[in-house]
Amino acid sequence: MKIIALIAVILAGGMLIYAGQDLPAFGDPESPAYQHPIIEHYITHAETESGVGNIVTALLANYRGYDTLGEVTVIFTAGMTVILLLRRREI
Amino acid sequence: MSGIQESIVIRTVVRIMVPFIQIFALYVIMHGASGPGGGFQGGVIFGAGIILYAMIYGHKEGKQRMSDKLNRILSSSGVAIFAVTGISCLVFGGMFLQYGVVPLLPDNPAVVSRLLIDVVEIGIGITVLAVMISLFFDVSPPETDEEELPASEEAGQ
Repeated sequence: MKIIALIAVILAGGMLIYAGQDLPAFGDPESPAYQHPIIEHYITHAETESGVGNIVTALLANYRGYDTLGEVTVIFTAGMTVILLLRRREI
Repeated sequence: MSGIQESIVIRTVVRIMVPFIQIFALYVIMHGASGPGGGFQGGVIFGAGIILYAMIYGHKEGKQRMSDKLNRILSSSGVAIFAVTGISCLVFGGMFLQYGVVPLLPDNPAVVSRLLIDVVEIGIGITVLAVMISLFFDVSPPETDEEELPASEEAGQ
């Protein structure tokens, strides 16, 4: 059983390394993530539209605010789940 | 109680450091709009301060600072602050979390947006710090039992 697990891990790792060869280089301006037209809108309009100078915060709290609400809800749900499953109750 | 918790050096350093850690956490939360930082990072730092205090001074002292009841209230109110901020934008005729429509300063929607982003960051920070502390108290081993068991054995002998 352990040998099967080892083979599965090696296969999965090899697939990841093989797929990683096709990733764009770090900071490559030609990569698809930087080619989308919305990027220019964010860079030029983030400060005037959201009022914050930090583009990361403008994206996190304003353009992607609904996503961030979901993240906070995930953290809250994880905390509640740990309370339900692991809390030691005084009996 | 282990040797680390009895060390007078560590107890003194922790007592001095915890307020500074918490002030730095508030700085990181409020600085999120203009530089690196934000609710998640600041909340984690604030929670780490209280966790450090509870690690050295024990669970009982830690729970006096952050009781289970307060923890429950904080962890849910942070999400509520975020959601209410979003819904208040709906009330004033905008889209969900479209901060600019809230008429706090009618002539300057960008400033309103900045203020409400700070409110949202505070809500994120409150939830993250409460969940961090609750995770620590639930996952760490119970120390009161360990302290009481050897004492009762000695009394039995």
